Amino acid sequence: MISTIADIFTVVAVCAGGFFFLAGTVGLLRFPDAYTRLHALTKADNLGLGMIVLGLLPQSGSVSLALKLIAIWFLVLLASATASQMIARAIRETERADASATSDPGEARR
Amino acid sequence: MSVLLNVALVLLFIGLAAWTVFARDTFASVAGFIPYGLLLTAVWLRLVAVDVAITEAAIGAGLTGALLVGAAARLRATEARTNRMRPGAWTRVLAAIGSIVVAGFVAACVLLLPEATPTLAPAVMENIHTTGVGNPITAVLLSFRAMDTLLEAIVLAFGLLGVWSLAPDRAWGGRPSLQPIAEPNSILAHFARMLPPIGIVIGVYILWYGADHPGGKFQGATILAAMWLLAMMAGLADVPRVGRIALRFWLVAGPLVFIAVGFAGAALADAFLGYPEGRAKLWIVAIEFALMPSLALTLGLLLAGAPQRALQK
Amino acid sequence: MNAMDDFLLSACAFVLLMIAVSLLVVLRGPGSVARMMAAMLFCTGGIASLLLLGTIHGMEIVINVVLTLAVLAPFATIAFVRAGAVLVRDESAADAAGSAEAGKP
Repeated sequence: MISTIADIFTVVAVCAGGFFFLAGTVGLLRFPDAYTRLHALTKADNLGLGMIVLGLLPQSGSVSLALKLIAIWFLVLLASATASQMIARAIRETERADASATSDPGEARR
Repeated sequence: MSVLLNVALVLLFIGLAAWTVFARDTFASVAGFIPYGLLLTAVWLRLVAVDVAITEAAIGAGLTGALLVGAAARLRATEARTNRMRPGAWTRVLAAIGSIVVAGFVAACVLLLPEATPTLAPAVMENIHTTGVGNPITAVLLSFRAMDTLLEAIVLAFGLLGVWSLAPDRAWGGRPSLQPIAEPNSILAHFARMLPPIGIVIGVYILWYGADHPGGKFQGATILAAMWLLAMMAGLADVPRVGRIALRFWLVAGPLVFIAVGFAGAALADAFLGYPEGRAKLWIVAIEFALMPSLALTLGLLLAGAPQRALQK
Repeated sequence: MNAMDDFLLSACAFVLLMIAVSLLVVLRGPGSVARMMAAMLFCTGGIASLLLLGTIHGMEIVINVVLTLAVLAPFATIAFVRAGAVLVRDESAADAAGSAEAGKP
């Protein structure tokens, strides 16, 4: 009985994870500019991974395995947060350059 | 269903490889290479070769990716010029034909292997109890063929020497330079403060776990080297001067311990790199612990590159 | 647990499909920013699919592989994004300088 509940939980959580990955991809296709696309990519994918990790927790046999799963999610979260911040700054650099390129070249660059 | 998954993996694989080859600039190629390493790990897992998978994850996805990023950054200055010197059409056609012939030959060899492939695996499993470790790969690398591992460690040190030899004369023994240093409070510095403690624990864990399960000193050393490089890239630690005696001592300490164990084995067990009866695991663990710092230092310095800054007082 | 294995395998294939589609979209965009997004995307999605694979092949062994990957792939990705940030800065400086010159009479 417990294992059936665990299995149902796994199926639901992994499906939710897949849905988030789908949402991220759709957002990537449909959002208008670079910032929103980056947002769709990071948030949806991290949530997707989180839900998949959550779903795999009942399937793992031992506590140490479950802890390692959560550690993996935490590491990926940390890395994604840092990377997306750095990418966002790079996007801002590109947009700032585009703005100063199209404006009056006599103006001082900000 | 699993066939479908394999097909999907192969298609993704070929797509990434095509991207890496046909991309217009080196940066885009490297963008394809890092996922390529990750995907290769997945393929090894599908083939249930777990030790190879963990090594691929460490070296292929992690270290080689960072190495290529550094190389692409260094090549940026001359890239425009090299792109103009593309080889002619005939050269490219001949190269393509050559590659296809070689790939086809290798595929034919693999597909035509006899059903019961000749293998030494049963012999290994019969004798593994003499080594005291549970992982057959560790047993082969550090006991049955320990000589090969010793020579590999020495070859790595020679590789580092080769990288150092690329330094300009006035910078010999100086510090390698790692791209513009980020400000001390930037997001990268924050990341470099949070990840290394966790990474070091995981690295030592993988080393310890490698005795009985997939893992081992090489993968653990790669993780340690990566954490050190992260701290250097974020400006939290300066790159060491490669002329320092202490640094050079630590670089060779691992192989020296290995050689010392070999001679001790000649005295105690009648063979170079032989282990005394029943105490094999102790010696193996000692070698692994001695090799790991040297390996981590070597890998980190390989990525840091040739010294660029002259000796500083 | 064969039904569960099949389900997890198809989930893995689905995640890989999503990554592939996102990769196609992202890599068509010009400029280094697109490549950086692609690298980061593959990091997350790749680890997700590896975890799903791992449950089928025996999680105890695979988890260490994924743990190694979770420590090292971010390292490579961050190194990549850092180099890309430098690249973008130089690209935008070149663009601004180029168009400032072109704007002069």
